[in-house]
Amino acid sequence: MKTDIILAGVGGQGILSIAAVIGEAALCEGLCMKQSEVHGMSQRGGDVQSNLRLSDRPIASDLIPLGGANLILSLEPMESLRYLPYLRPDGWVVTHSEPFVNIPNYPDMDRVNDELGKLPHKVTLDVERIAREAGSARAANIVLLGAATPFIGISYAQIEEGIRRIFHRKGENVVGLNLKALRAGMEAALPFPAKA
Amino acid sequence: MGKYLFLGDEAIAQAAIDAGLSGVYAYPGTPSTEITEYIQTSPTAKTRGIHSRWSTNEKTALEAALGMAYAGKRALCCMKHVGLNVAADCFMNAAMSGTHGGLIILTADDPSMHSSQNEQDNRVMGNFAMIPMLEPSSQQEAYDMVYDGFELSERLGYPLLLRITTRMAHSRAGVETRPPKEQNPLSFPADGRQRFILLPGLARLRFKALLKAQEAFTHASETSPYNQYFDAPDKTLGIIATGIAFNYLAENYPEGFEHPVVKISQYPLPRRLIERLADTCAEILTLEEGYPVVEEQLKGFLGKGITVHGRLDGTLSRDGELTPDAVGKALGKEISAFYAVPEVVEQRPPALCAGCGHRDVYEALNEVIQTYEGAKVFSDIGCYALGALPPFRAIDSCIDMGASITMAKGAADAGAFPSVCVIGDSTFTHSGMTGLLDCVNEQSNVTILISDNETTAMTGGQDSAGTGRLEDICRGIGVEPEHLRVMTPLKKNYEEMKRIIREEIEYRGVSVLIPRRECIQTLKRKHPAKQ
Ligand SMILES: Cc1ncc(C[n+]2csc(CCOP(=O)(O)OP(=O)(O)O)c2C)c(N)n1
Repeated sequence: MKTDIILAGVGGQGILSIAAVIGEAALCEGLCMKQSEVHGMSQRGGDVQSNLRLSDRPIASDLIPLGGANLILSLEPMESLRYLPYLRPDGWVVTHSEPFVNIPNYPDMDRVNDELGKLPHKVTLDVERIAREAGSARAANIVLLGAATPFIGISYAQIEEGIRRIFHRKGENVVGLNLKALRAGMEAALPFPAKA
Repeated sequence: MGKYLFLGDEAIAQAAIDAGLSGVYAYPGTPSTEITEYIQTSPTAKTRGIHSRWSTNEKTALEAALGMAYAGKRALCCMKHVGLNVAADCFMNAAMSGTHGGLIILTADDPSMHSSQNEQDNRVMGNFAMIPMLEPSSQQEAYDMVYDGFELSERLGYPLLLRITTRMAHSRAGVETRPPKEQNPLSFPADGRQRFILLPGLARLRFKALLKAQEAFTHASETSPYNQYFDAPDKTLGIIATGIAFNYLAENYPEGFEHPVVKISQYPLPRRLIERLADTCAEILTLEEGYPVVEEQLKGFLGKGITVHGRLDGTLSRDGELTPDAVGKALGKEISAFYAVPEVVEQRPPALCAGCGHRDVYEALNEVIQTYEGAKVFSDIGCYALGALPPFRAIDSCIDMGASITMAKGAADAGAFPSVCVIGDSTFTHSGMTGLLDCVNEQSNVTILISDNETTAMTGGQDSAGTGRLEDICRGIGVEPEHLRVMTPLKKNYEEMKRIIREEIEYRGVSVLIPRRECIQTLKRKHPAKQ
């Protein structure tokens, strides 16, 4: 088993909590993991990414090589495109569909969608809307994680366990809301063609 | 004891606690900040009474750490790479005195300048001071180096420089922890005055002692578990990989190395391992995260005319962080991306937060400044440096902490008018106060804005050393009370702010303006409900 994931977004959106859940799930499975994070300057509204590597064998590099990622998981559509050189030809892009506009020259969304449309393996969802409908607007990142569960290489049940462990200190209610958000994301992604 | 998913920074912090640390001394700086923060929030550190409060700057931090080690205890001093420039005076001289209790000085370097003004490689500083250095290749190694490092420092009698880079600091991996040790009792060095009074006569003896100690340092490197020789069949090339460069090398050889490899994570250079490599291989490739430090040393050291490849001959780029791809290319491997970045992708630089007080300071300042031909605004290090970007484009410089005040002074001395500077509250107490004294002593014609958000925001909102006392400090330094003016940076106050700024620019002498409003990030954290 070996999965290389790039998490992408804008500083402050919360990509690191997705990484934390996957990391916890990987730890439960006894997998090796390396995850490089972005702290510092770019957290002030700049583009941020995290490299997350899972394997049943020891991992050498903290960074994913070009053309090596199985999955790009992004909380912002333009940001999902920024890391395409790292995606394998058969890799998946799972991204939030709605733009985060904090620059004056944000491109026309039709052009962004055209580029996303060219990719053979992708899931685009309005995870914020799905999160609101699932009862927790703040769990958009967990909805996104739910949509990506088929591509991570860890069982759905184990990722649920990751959520329980990460959120248990915040109480049963928060755990429940996040489990619900995870399921909503997973179900919303079902209509997209399954991995070949 | 157990296995944890730690950032490199957290592994170092936990190791220090487990190793019997008595105090961490630090000033925040990416990517080193999380070490001290981890100790500050650790329940074990609390019950053990470990000192962890932020210092005013890196120099005061290192001096305090040296003092604690002088008193026999184990001390850790953490800083980002440029922090060691600030602490350099103590650093160079602590290598002369040596230490009594274990002292580890941590430098977190930032190749590719993710959050820094330069990418200096502080192994150069370690070589300059001639003290032993450690450079972990994994989070586990970082843990073990610190756990065992205090003893090594005590045995050798010298401080150690632990060098990490951004990837090590901010990357998570599983780390196995070891049983906690007791703290050292209070004790003083028997030959303390011979070692710690660096008057010329004694200092000359200390320098001879330091030179003699190099032998012991090299022996420690040669027998270190962190330096290793890996044999492999193809001797056309031998590879030296330091720190995390070793990981990128391993990533390119998933089935095992094809060429002999020397892994280096402890310095001075392990001579014997390198000589063995040079004797068996036709050429050498050096892989280093940072400057070509080993590459340059090898040239003098081997003296056999053996060809050395690396960052100096263009095999690897002279600047920037290493990646598995850059290392693969240096090894002659085919590296290919399948997809390209689509043209539609725009840059997304960081920006001042919506609602940040620095925004209001620049809005008001810009309007006044526009009315003066040739006005210069010297700025400094912190969130407010983002005032360089549109829509503000409000500043003319950002060099090193504290430089705004003194550069404004120098420019004013040269005849520039108006000579304005913008500095943050934490930067002001870090290194601005002494420059202000220079201004006051000469009645320089400068207008200084201390944009006070009551925290050290850029690095995540740590306590700022002078919060609540900036006016007292300025008055104490000698700023005239009528030219020391506080304001609240809010839209509704723009007219008043502009009037005050203009009046103080027109005053021919030292003015200090303090626009004060709490950082909205720290405010949000205190009142999460308002989010
Ligand atoms: C010598 C040195 N130490 C530490 C840093 C890291 N650093 C950059 S900005 C900053 C905080 C500045 O705080 P403040 O002046 O209060 O400005 P704010 O970010 O709060 O606006 C720090 C600690 C640095 N760049 N140089």
